Amino acid sequence: MTTVVSLDRVTVEFPAVDGEGVVRALDTVSLEFRDNEFVVALGASGCGKTTLLNVIAGFLQPTSGKILHRDEPIRGPGSDRGVVFQKHALLPWLNVLENTAFGLKLQGVARDERLSRARDYLALVGLSDFERYPVYQLSGGMQQRVGLARALTCDPDMLLMDEPLGALDAFTRENMQELVLDAWSKTRKVVFFITHSVEEALFMATRLIVMSPRPGRITHTYDIDFSRRFFETGNARQVKSSPEFIALREEVLSIIYGEETGDAQP
Amino acid sequence: MKPGLFRRRRPQAVDQYGAPGRGSGTLISAVTIVVLLGGWWIVTQLGLIRPLFLPAPEMVIAKFAKIACTEHYFERLLVAVGGLAEVEAKCHGFSDHTLHEHILWSLYRVFSAFALATVTAVPIGISMGMSRHARGVFDPPIEFYRPIPPLAYLPLTIIWFGIGESGKLFLIFLACFAPIAINARAGVRSVSIEQIHAAYSMGASHGQVLRQVVLKAALPEILTGMRVAIAFGWTTLVAAEMVAAKAGIGVMVLNAARFLATDIVFLGIIVIGAVAFVFDLIMRRVERALVPWKGRM
Ligand SMILES: Nc1ncnc2c1ncn2[C@@H]1O[C@H](COP(=O)(O)OP(=O)(O)O)[C@@H](O)[C@H]1O
Ligand SMILES: [Mg+2]
Repeated sequence: MTTVVSLDRVTVEFPAVDGEGVVRALDTVSLEFRDNEFVVALGASGCGKTTLLNVIAGFLQPTSGKILHRDEPIRGPGSDRGVVFQKHALLPWLNVLENTAFGLKLQGVARDERLSRARDYLALVGLSDFERYPVYQLSGGMQQRVGLARALTCDPDMLLMDEPLGALDAFTRENMQELVLDAWSKTRKVVFFITHSVEEALFMATRLIVMSPRPGRITHTYDIDFSRRFFETGNARQVKSSPEFIALREEVLSIIYGEETGDAQP
Repeated sequence: MKPGLFRRRRPQAVDQYGAPGRGSGTLISAVTIVVLLGGWWIVTQLGLIRPLFLPAPEMVIAKFAKIACTEHYFERLLVAVGGLAEVEAKCHGFSDHTLHEHILWSLYRVFSAFALATVTAVPIGISMGMSRHARGVFDPPIEFYRPIPPLAYLPLTIIWFGIGESGKLFLIFLACFAPIAINARAGVRSVSIEQIHAAYSMGASHGQVLRQVVLKAALPEILTGMRVAIAFGWTTLVAAEMVAAKAGIGVMVLNAARFLATDIVFLGIIVIGAVAFVFDLIMRRVERALVPWKGRM
């Protein structure tokens, strides 16, 4: 398996809010993303998940450490790493199809070509019937599907998703989990996916990294395959209620809660 | 797909308990207008106030017909379609110009100054939003002159530009410039960092982000600024036309006041109000057509 993105002892520091000293949002994090992996980062607020994603996306330069994309240092954002945001990222002056084709437009792809490629990805996320709709008339779940289709249309190596399902209601969220997995299995991207939900993390990841705050670091890593079981059976509820799933869910929960109580009583 | 999957196009106006200002005020507004106009008519009809102070509505209407030369133009129309041999009704207008000439002169001044302000203030406002250098340069002068009433620097425009058209345009230009620049600058802030990051991560250049994301996101507020500006420009018009203008609605009102022709003053005021109202209506239409997403995303 080839390595797509690798981080080597990456540290990110921010000036502290009170003006004295620094906040270590990431502390010597080393991590590799290999072909066709679905890596999920899980952890409490403030443990550096978004910072990690921003470093990979190129929105943020690390204070120290190396970050490489196919052996080239990452110096800024680029169309080889697509990003799906939690919200506020679609362009309301463009309709669903134009939003999806926007990346190709930026790259100077001719109109017919870019619209036809955008249509393919809209079909992938099940929005073919909505290409003429203004995005502000769509529900939150459908807007996230446009965001996913838009990122995929640029055909990046890697897909970065910062709590993409965080603002959705529970029912829509479970549907979207299956849709994202489906899109991943069909497009074979490397995915880096951030979530707050333990169940979502376990269900979707091929590798789960658990992070912990102050300083932000990776404390546990699990290689898991519940998503493969879902592809075999097609039954998400069955996977999520299997004894192995529940056992691992409790283990991860106890790690996260253990840290929180540990923090409260130093 | 079921339509239930969509958000409502417009949030429904629900009559909720305790919601401030709930219910519709249209009917009450209509009643207010009727009472005001009716009161005006009755008071003048009963002769309670002398026409010098408050001319009767029919006097104002008659003046309108006279200054606008309605009869003259109607006869010209009839001649054109062959219904009449020659035009007999005379056309005098007021201050050597008919009403529509006054209106066109004023529209010309307001719109040229407004157009000039738009093409300069939008780029300057956007650059103020995008760069601290531009903000540092333009913020002090704009914030300094913005609250000064145009009448206060009117003498200065006369000294600088003389009593020709350019001084009048400059005065209206200044009135229009600040609201557009300030709104364009604020509009830059309405672009979300996610939209910008998304564009960069799809391979956008800085120029593309500026043109295809920031400018578009700022458009609703630029249009708001333009709406405010045109109202300001119209407000400043009378001041601009105080100095040696031959024609214009402002000139008409000022000259009429000199002769104590109160009916013409009333007519001028009503015309100014009506034109400003029409402008605002047009700007709202433009807004709805160009930025239908405003306030919905
Ligand atoms: N731009 C910034 N300036 C200062 N501190 C920041 C900034 N971004 C993040 N931080 C700090 O870094 C830490 C990690 O933040 P973040 O990566 O957003 O966490 P998460 O996404 O896991 O909730 C937090 O303590 C946060 O306060
Ligand atoms: Mg975050």
